[in-house]
Parts: sequence; structure tokens; C-alpha cells
Amino acid sequence: MKSVILSTVVRLLLPLILLFSFFILLRGHNEPGGGFIGGLAAASGWVLYLFAFGSAEAKRALRLEPLHFIVLGLTLALGSGLFSVVMGRPFMQGIWVDAVIPVIGKLGTPVVFDTGVYFVVIGIVLKIVFALAEEEGR
Amino acid sequence: MSLLTIIVLLGFLVAALTPALTSLLGRRVKYVLVLYPAGTFVALWTMIPHIENGNVIVESFSWVPALGVHLSFLLDGISALVGMIVSGIGALIVIYTGGYLRGHEQISRMYALLLFFMASMLGVVFSANLIGLFVFWELTSISSYLLIGFNHERVSSRAGALQALLVTGFGGLAMLAGFILMGMVGGSYEITDLMSRADLLRAHEFYPAMLLLVLLGAFTKSAQFPFHFWLPNAMEAPTPVSAYLHSATMVKAGVFLLARMMGILGGTDWWHYAVSFAGVATMFLGAFVAFYQSDLKRVLAYTTVSALGTLTLLLGLGTEEAVRAALLFFLVHALYKGALFMVTGSIDHETGTRNLDRIGGLRRAMPITTVTAIAASFSMAGLPPMLGFLSKELLYEANVQAPFASFLLISLGVLSNALMVAVAALVAIRPFFGALRETPKHPHEAPWSMWLGPATLALVSLILGLLTAPLLGGLWNAAVLSVHPEASPLALKLWHGLNEIVALSAFTALLGLLLFWMRSRILAVSRPPAFMRALKAEQIYHLTIAGTLTFAKRVTAVFQDGILRHYVMFVTLVVVVLGFWSLLAFGPIVIEGTGGGLHVHDVLIALVMLAGALLAAYSNSRLVVIGSLGIVGYGISMIFLLYGAPDLAMTQFAVETLSVVLFVLILARLPRIKDIVSHAVRVRDGIIAGFAGILLTVLLVVVTAEPLNSRVSAFYSTASFLEAKGRNVVNVILVDFRGIDTLGEITVLAIAAIGVFALVRQGSKEGKP
Repeated sequence: MKSVILSTVVRLLLPLILLFSFFILLRGHNEPGGGFIGGLAAASGWVLYLFAFGSAEAKRALRLEPLHFIVLGLTLALGSGLFSVVMGRPFMQGIWVDAVIPVIGKLGTPVVFDTGVYFVVIGIVLKIVFALAEEEGR
Repeated sequence: MSLLTIIVLLGFLVAALTPALTSLLGRRVKYVLVLYPAGTFVALWTMIPHIENGNVIVESFSWVPALGVHLSFLLDGISALVGMIVSGIGALIVIYTGGYLRGHEQISRMYALLLFFMASMLGVVFSANLIGLFVFWELTSISSYLLIGFNHERVSSRAGALQALLVTGFGGLAMLAGFILMGMVGGSYEITDLMSRADLLRAHEFYPAMLLLVLLGAFTKSAQFPFHFWLPNAMEAPTPVSAYLHSATMVKAGVFLLARMMGILGGTDWWHYAVSFAGVATMFLGAFVAFYQSDLKRVLAYTTVSALGTLTLLLGLGTEEAVRAALLFFLVHALYKGALFMVTGSIDHETGTRNLDRIGGLRRAMPITTVTAIAASFSMAGLPPMLGFLSKELLYEANVQAPFASFLLISLGVLSNALMVAVAALVAIRPFFGALRETPKHPHEAPWSMWLGPATLALVSLILGLLTAPLLGGLWNAAVLSVHPEASPLALKLWHGLNEIVALSAFTALLGLLLFWMRSRILAVSRPPAFMRALKAEQIYHLTIAGTLTFAKRVTAVFQDGILRHYVMFVTLVVVVLGFWSLLAFGPIVIEGTGGGLHVHDVLIALVMLAGALLAAYSNSRLVVIGSLGIVGYGISMIFLLYGAPDLAMTQFAVETLSVVLFVLILARLPRIKDIVSHAVRVRDGIIAGFAGILLTVLLVVVTAEPLNSRVSAFYSTASFLEAKGRNVVNVILVDFRGIDTLGEITVLAIAAIGVFALVRQGSKEGKP
């Protein structure tokens, strides 16, 4: 079932949704938002893409395997915690860069950790949705 | 100074890098890998002068300081001795493995696991903290499991691996319980602290319990009767593994533990009788059964059981002589048994069989292996000029001077050693002399990488036998001192005059040769006597496993019948029953007032949600059910939003949306509701759900009736900005204050996603023929 309207809209919407999800991720530290919600939003965007173009096309557009997102996310999350150990602090104690970077705001290990959560959530949702969608296609 | 820490941690690092190194270097990787054990051996060698007079070197890093758990290591006589055995034989095993598994596609896995084991074992040996020791102890069990099951396509391999893991794992947990008791009573987990408080521990009412639990750990690991059965079954492992783990090092961990614990728990009647009895039974049983075996590896396995029994017996006696004998025999056995196992591997590798009834006359084809086997067997039989002779002399001396049951110990000791002589003769003569037999492969000498290891070990047995005092004296006396602080140093000599001990030795050798000569006749008329077979403790293991499985099957059949809605029902039912029970147990529930006014939009949202819930419960169309459940979910989000939890609301919105998507994807696969749910079932589920709703309502009302303790939220709202530099308290809690929880949760989620993927794949495979 291919709908021209849906596919056209999705093509325009997906970059916006992804950008927005990243915005939610970054503002999470001070305003409502964060890695979990941002990840869900980004995954929803890709699910929309899947409905418009089918799972094979969605997978191609995504480039990376969902599992790689999971690995990337877990590595970022664990790495942000271990970074503190390397710097001689207790595991996962937050370390912040003093300078404020435009758009991103303050940068510190908790932000990296949250980015890890973001990627894990995207990977998990897409892994499950792709598996079920391919199953459906058979 | 942190040599020991570096040694242990480096081992794990090298193990982790092994696969990459192997694909980079191919067959030559063994020359790189061997540097780790060889370097460790040399480093320990240079440390000997620092510990000779009973000095102890301790390194400590706090790990979980709140629980008194430290990553601390100590180097004393016994840990240096055992550490050098582990690293020295380890180096030879790495080279041997390169030849034995040459061209095997999984050889890098073998290298990695061997090095992983080596690092774990060195961790056990050097640990100065009981909890650290336990962790490394379990790591050796796990690596042993993976190594026994190396040929995992074979059922017997997997069974042997699992059996070893379950038996030693059971003992390991018992040992942990014993350690915790020791820590509770002694107030510390550091071995040196506990040694200074040994009297306190030995006088405590928990002493028998802690002793028994720790002994369970030592006995299962060192294959003491009645837990001996796993060791012969572990011979499913490739031969380098048997040589290294299951004769020279890992099985000695139990004996090592006994030696370590002797200064804390030893010296009591409980210790003497429990440890000596297990030891003497194992010593005799192992030697006796070994005599009847025809598979060369099983022969050696049972003699290993016997040797472990001897070591245990000596530590049970606990006298100065016994400790001396034990620590020398510890080394002697590692040397000759490691060599003999590697010889067996070479024979198996070159002829295609290791059945003693099918090989013979290999001396011309395999001259180096023949000489090695004979030399190692001399040490095993306790004949001069090998080091084994000295250790047997010390053993007899310890038996003669035993504080109790000396006569019984001497006679059983002589009998067991005579059987060992017979088996040694069997191993040295049967494969190599007589007529050449037809074997599956045409025999020729093993490659250098496979004779280097056993030949080196045999040569070391010989050199140490001739030059014991100058080469080994310092280390050995230091080891004795670390186990028995009052012991006086002793200079070992191969020949120390004609006395009753030498007479016993000569008698043993003659009896052994007689037994060897009569072996075929003995085997023709007898199998191991019936009482030996009745002692098969393995039956208890099988019955326990079968019983556990049956029980688990029955329980699962009731509570987890494979139908998801039944799982939900059971979970809800348990919550309802326990919830009401605990509510009623706390006395009558008093609900006062309604608490705050309601807005019109609250009521409206509630009504919409109620309608959605009722529709979901009554509808026969899945699409309607999903949609109406979505209404309930969005209603909850609205309430979150109205009551100041925008993060929760956003999450809820997103999750609801994705749930609907997931449902839509699988909708076509699900059976029609009408076909699977009858009217009666709906009524039953409705009642359960109703009670669950009532329970939650009551709970909420009761909880909110209590005055809110605002200290927690006050703490977070100030600390989150001051300490964690964020204004969104919910997010700061998630990624900072409780970050480890989140890390755990996303890991679980990742595993769950992989699980879903596997299930979906499995389902699609089953769907198609």
C-alpha cells in the first residue's frame, strides 16, 4: 500500500523529526526532554518512514543496523561512566566542561550518557519494529 | 610496587586481545602469547629472595570499601610457588597447544580461554582478600567449563563441562557463605587480618559451619571423595586443557585453599578428622580405580584424584612434616602429571588412539616421547633420582609421625603408592615396549612444539631431584613457612641414609611392580569390587539434576503454560492477593475526606478513560481494543501533563504511539478474540482486574493520606542544579544521580530487543516447513 501523500510528507518530515528529537535530547538537562524521549521521537520518525516506503527501503536509508545503534549507545553510556574512572573520579561522577557551547549548551559526561540512552532507545525500537515488519511482509 | 596486580590484570588483557593477535599473526601467535606466562615466571623468580624468610608482600586497592572488599594481592612462599607452577607450566602449555591444535579453526578461542584461566588462577593464588579470592575462584570454574566443552558439538563434552561447573559451582557458593561467616566473625575479609584473629574464629560457635562450608569449596574443586566423579568426566577436554587445568593447576586450587586456610581454620580436631578422612578416602579410591582403567587419560585422571587425596590428607594432618611433604608433592605432581598428560596427548595425536589395549611398541617411532614418559613415570612411582622420590620419602615420614591413626595411614599410603607404581609402570611400558600394534594413524615422533613441554617438565623433575637444596630450597622453605610459621628450614637431599622410610619405599616399589606384572590376571578375575561401585556418588548428582528438572517442569507447566494472558493473570492475581493481605494485616483502613477539589477536565478525562477501558474489555475486534487502550494511555498522559510531569507525559505519548504501531504490525497474525476467549473467561478476568483496580485505588488513597516527606524532593531540586548542573530534576536523576540504574535498564532493554528478534525469527522458522 503506497500512498503518494504519505511518502511525500514523510520525506519532508523525517529530517525535521530527527532534528527535533536531537533538540529534545539536548534540552533534556534543563527543560522537559532527554535521551529516552528523544530516542522514542527519532524512532517514531523512522517508523513513519517504514510505513511509507517499506522496511527494506527504511533499512537502506538508515544505513546502520539497529543493533549497531544499540552497541553505539551502550558504548557511549558505559564510556561516559568509565571516563570519570580514567580521570581518577568515582565511576559515573559527572565531569563538566566549563565553557558553554552554542546550541548544545553545557557539555559534560551526563550529556554523553544521555546521548547513549538516545541511541540505545532508537536501536531497540527499530530492531523490534523491523523484525516484526519483515515477519509481516512474508 | 604493584607487580601482582599488573600480572593478574595483564593476563585478562592478553586473553581479550588474543583473537585479534591470532588473526594478525596466524600460527606464530604462540610466540607472542607465551611471553605473558614466561614473563610472569621470571618476575616471580626474581621475587624469591624478598620472601625467603617468611616475608609477605601485600598490594591493596579499595574496591567496595563500604563492604570491606578490596582488590588486594599478597606474595608469600606458597603463592610464589604455586604462581610459578601456574605460569611455568602455562608457558609450556601455550607452545604445546600450538602443536596439538595446529590448523584448528578455533585455536584462537583455545588460546584466549587458556590465558583467561591463567589470569584467573593467578588471581586465586595471589588474592589477599577472601571476596577477591572467591571472584577469581569462580572465574577459574567458568573458564574450566568453557575449556572442557571446547568440542561443544559432542554431547559428552557438554555433559562433562556442565557437571564440572555444577559441582564446583555448588562448592564455590558454599565457600562464599563460609567466607562471609568468617568475615562477620573476624571483622575483615583480609587473609592476614583473619590469621591474626584465628583464635577468635576457632572458638566461635559458627566455627563448624564456616569450616564445613569452606571445605565444601575446597573438596569440590580438588575432586575429593564424594565429589571426585567430575574430574574423570572432565577428560572430555582437549589434552592440553587436561594437562594444565585438570592435573597441574586448577584442581590444586582446593588444596591451595586448604593450605591458605590452615593458619585461620586449621589445628582443631574438626579440621584434622574432616580433612584427613576425605583425603585418605580419595587417595585410596583414586589409586584403586586408576588400576582398572584402560583409557590412558582416565588412568591419569584417577591417579590425579589419588594425588589430590594425598595432598588433602597431608594438610589434614597439619604437622610440620606433613606440610613439608604436601608442598613438595604439590610441585612434584604438577611436574610429572603435566608431562604425562602431554605425552598422552602426543600419543593420541600421532596414533589416533589412547587406549592402552591398542597401542604398543612406539619406542622406535617416538623416541623422545618414550624417554620423557619413562622419566616422568619414575617421578610418579617415587623412584630415585627424580624429585618424586624425595616427596614420597617426606610423605612416608609424615605418615609415620602422624599424630593419629599412624598405622592405618602407613598401610593405606603404601598400598596407594604401590598402585601408583603399578600405574606408572603401565604408562611407561605399555605404549612404548612390546610389539608394534596397528593403530588408526601411522605413528611418528610428535613435532617439537609437542615434545618440548613434557620433556622440559621431566628434565626439571630430574634436575630438581639432583640439586634440590640449592635450586628449590629457598622457595620451598618459604612456602612451608607461609603455611606453618613455626617450621624450621630443612635442606633436602636425595640420599639421606638407610632407614625405615627407605625400606618402606623399596617395599612399595616391589609391591607395585608385582601388581603391574599381575595386572592382566587381576583384571581377568575381578572388576572393582561391588562396594566401590555402590559408592558411585555420581548417582546422587544425576538424581539431583533429574529431580530439579522434573520439579521445574511441573512448576512451569502450571505457571508458565506459554499463553501470555495467563502470565498476566498470575502476576495480577499474586499482586492482588499479597496486596490485600498486607493491607489487612496492618489493621483497618481509615480513609478521611476526598482530598482537594476536582476540576471539570479531570472528570472528563477520567470518564473518557473509563469508556476506553470498558470498550477494550467488551469488544471482539482487536483493532477496537488497541485503539481504546490507546485512549486510556493518552488519558494518562493528559493527567501527567496537567499535574506537572511533562517528561512522563511525553514519554507516555511516544510509548502509546509506538505500542499501537507494534500491535498493528502483528495484528494479522493473532487469532480472533472470540475463538480464544469464552464468556466465562471474560467474567473471571473481569473480577481479577476489578480487584486489582480496587487495590490500587485503596493503596493510592492510603499513601497520599500520609503527609508527604518533602526532604527528598527538596534535596533533588537543589542538588540537581548545584551539583549536577541541570534544572530538569527528572532527567538529572535519570542520567546522573541514578545513572547506574539507567545503565542497567538500557542494557536490559538491549537484551530484550535481541530476545524479541530471536523469538520472531524462531517463529518464522517454525511457521515454514
